[in-house]
Amino acid sequence: MARMKFICDAERCIECNGCTTACKNEHEVPWGVNRRRLVTVNDGKPGERSVSMACMHCTDAPCAAVCPVNCFYTTGDAVVLHSKDLCIGCGYCFYACPFGAPQYPRVGNFGSRGKMDKCTYCSGGPEADLSVAEYEKYGSNRLAEGKLPLCAEMCSTKALLAGDGEVIAQIYKTRVITRGYGSGAWGWKTAYRETVAI
Amino acid sequence: MTRLLRIALAGLALALAAPAAHAQTGRDVPPPAQTQNPNGANPTAGAVTEDQLFRELNKLQGRISIPDGKAAVLEQPQGREWRAFRESWLPWIAGVAILGMAALLAIFYFTRGRIRLEHGEQSGEKILRFNSFERFTHWMVAFCFIVLAISGLNYILGKRLLMPLIGPDAFAAWSQWAKYAHNFLAWPFTLGILFMALVWLRDNIPNRIDVQWIRQGGGFLGDGHPHAERFNAGQKIVFWTVILGGFAMFGTGLLLLFPFSAADINGMQLSQVTHATIGVLLTAAILAHIYIGTLGMEGAYDAMGSGQVDLAWARTHHDLWVEKEQAKTASGPQLRPRATPAE
Repeated sequence: MARMKFICDAERCIECNGCTTACKNEHEVPWGVNRRRLVTVNDGKPGERSVSMACMHCTDAPCAAVCPVNCFYTTGDAVVLHSKDLCIGCGYCFYACPFGAPQYPRVGNFGSRGKMDKCTYCSGGPEADLSVAEYEKYGSNRLAEGKLPLCAEMCSTKALLAGDGEVIAQIYKTRVITRGYGSGAWGWKTAYRETVAI
Repeated sequence: MTRLLRIALAGLALALAAPAAHAQTGRDVPPPAQTQNPNGANPTAGAVTEDQLFRELNKLQGRISIPDGKAAVLEQPQGREWRAFRESWLPWIAGVAILGMAALLAIFYFTRGRIRLEHGEQSGEKILRFNSFERFTHWMVAFCFIVLAISGLNYILGKRLLMPLIGPDAFAAWSQWAKYAHNFLAWPFTLGILFMALVWLRDNIPNRIDVQWIRQGGGFLGDGHPHAERFNAGQKIVFWTVILGGFAMFGTGLLLLFPFSAADINGMQLSQVTHATIGVLLTAAILAHIYIGTLGMEGAYDAMGSGQVDLAWARTHHDLWVEKEQAKTASGPQLRPRATPAE
């Protein structure tokens, strides 16, 4: 089994928002929810970097730890998923998540935020793989079809990589050594307690 | 000011990182693919790393092109501290506060026993201690509080205690309803706290009699009955705990009920920490209040039950209040039921 991860090579990201659009379209994500988003740090200044961010599918995920109804589970591919049937929409996973991944379809109408929605690493939810129920709640299940997450597959500059952690770390590492400088595997230290050693 | 400073620091960090990047862009011939670092230097030395930014900023924030402005926070490591509070500290605070209070009350009950009516505390005459509005307010707050406390504790201890017993599906369904109850009953609870503050504040201003009451151990420790007005010092402590605690719960709860209305993500984390801590402490305090109002003291429950207490009991426990009540009537000391004026 692979240990699935994301890595965003901020040196390559051109902030085209292709990943966010691909994600929204692939999963028919509810209005107002962005499972993946692009944040530009130091916009317009020297050293500007754009980072594509979504759920990082953390090791020892904080969201799963704080959930009062334990609706999270980790798949064999180390993808962190949750059950919308169990979720009570309390918002705790959002407080705990370092990456701001969990979101709610309704914000603040008297605490009824609805079921939490977040990146599924294109691998659905607890329902049967590729079922209608799964698609309606969580979007498509590309992993079950043998495909990787669409955001990374669509990335025009291949800044965003998805796949087994060791494989994508090796690709990134080769790039860094080839071009002579790194971009600092964003989020890795926080999500996986390790960074890519060069 | 600090935000500006942080942005400046981040800018400085990134500016320092930039020359390394620019030095490379002038190169025409791509370096041969190799696994060895060509110049022996650490190629990531100049890269902006998360670690570096976290040291300089408390969270990573940038610009975002979607309308959802709060998504511009790239990373907030404070989530880990909040998790540590919620998962490591809070269950212990809750457990120790509530079980500790229950143990104290049990010890008190088995050593001191129920405070019985003393000889001559039953005259048969009644005096009205709390009018119907006061009792309505009390029970509205009491009912709401019990539901709020149980549904609140469910967030902390439910998955540890209840979920293994009833299974995840039933527990999630119960938690969903508990959450709705928590969110909606917060409003009548707050209204009740407001009413309580209005009708009882006047009788709960601390004064010299309270010092004397506390010095004499409130009559709990000795045999005597220290002087007390309408509310003794112990009751005043309960009053102020409920009023201040209740408003604190309302304020912090409001920030959680309306996410991002007034607080950002870190503000909401702080709100939750405050809300949960005050909540469990208040629950422990109210356990003591429930004990002394029912099991702990004979005759005390009537005050909030029927509103009428025995005049002799009132004379023993709230002598100065009885004197004042009786002085209000022209016909001297009277033993007929007499309403306290609505405040």
